[in-house]
Amino acid sequence: MIGKICGTGSYIPPKILSNDDLSEMVETNDEWIRERTGVRNRHIAEHETASFMAAEAAKRALENSGVSPEEIDLILVASSSPDVIFPSVACEVQKEIQAVNAAGYDMQAACTGFVFAYQSAQAYIAAGFYKTILAIGTETLSSMVDWSDRGTCILFGDGAGAAVIRAAEGTAYLPAAHSDGCRGDALVCRSRFSSEFVEAFKKTGETPKDTYISMDGRGVFQFAVKSVPQIVTEVLDKAGLGTEDIDWFILHQANKRIVESVAKRLKTDIGKFPMNLQEYGNTSSASIPILLDEMNRDGRLEKGQKIVIAGFGAGLSWGASILEW
Amino acid sequence: MLEKVKEIVAENLGADINTLTEETSFKDDLGADSLDLFEMVMALEEEYGKEIPTEDLEQLTTIGEVVDYLSK
Repeated sequence: MIGKICGTGSYIPPKILSNDDLSEMVETNDEWIRERTGVRNRHIAEHETASFMAAEAAKRALENSGVSPEEIDLILVASSSPDVIFPSVACEVQKEIQAVNAAGYDMQAACTGFVFAYQSAQAYIAAGFYKTILAIGTETLSSMVDWSDRGTCILFGDGAGAAVIRAAEGTAYLPAAHSDGCRGDALVCRSRFSSEFVEAFKKTGETPKDTYISMDGRGVFQFAVKSVPQIVTEVLDKAGLGTEDIDWFILHQANKRIVESVAKRLKTDIGKFPMNLQEYGNTSSASIPILLDEMNRDGRLEKGQKIVIAGFGAGLSWGASILEW
Repeated sequence: MLEKVKEIVAENLGADINTLTEETSFKDDLGADSLDLFEMVMALEEEYGKEIPTEDLEQLTTIGEVVDYLSK
């Protein structure tokens, strides 16, 4: 048995922050941001929490799949920006959608989170542990962004995406996944629950800078343009497939320039690399399921198509899987 | 080395190799931005097995400067 995605859903907060809005907050402008990132708008959570958005995306995915909440065996939530430490976001989703028979927990692998959650779901289904799994990526990165750092605040946005994955007959594809903690300093956000932070906050009343997202731009860009083609090639090699066998390469929506570079390095038509980061920015673990949902609903995804999903980000971590629609 | 560097520059910055000289400026003549340079530097690092630290990038504005830097 393998797991097949039988429904998708997403939730995007309605509040939009445009490049022009940002140019009033920090020294930047629309042209500069678009040229270097491709991002025009990002959506920002106001009243919405990561759990709320996850539950909304989950409801839409269930509706899309025709699966009832009682049929869900496991809820896996990938998030780096939960509004609660415990209970898990997964349990908050369970409560909201009434998935009374499900177990649930969260996993954190930053922008690779959804890919790792998808791979975990495949392993559970292959092992016969569970039949129906709800995998979700949800982020409110706006609360972790330093809005005075023009190098990072232009990049990120909020949102959630979900997929219902069900046991079915089909071709099993081995995943590719890596982490390299030795290079973890390239992309960091320290916890506001650390004793160090609490002490600093008591003294100054200000949020210490290192509890906002900090990024070595060059390091992360080079990591991405090098590692993503490698992991895509690895997952294709494991399956005995070539890039020509793949209909869509759905990459984590970090930056247009990364996606373009990956397409070039894989010598593959950029038209096979869909992008929606123009509108949402980098939504970390939510970006791949949001894009899957968009393509599912607008009819771009057709039965039988082969898709590569690839995530990469803090950790460092990176992973890819092949799936058949 | 000049020819090889030109080749890497042409490939990474999408320029016609025949128009490149030692004086060609990445930014002013080829319209390269920081991300273009990161990609080009990565290719140079791979080719010459030499690490080019970010703080050195500022002084590498032309093909000639890159050749001088790599020859050191």
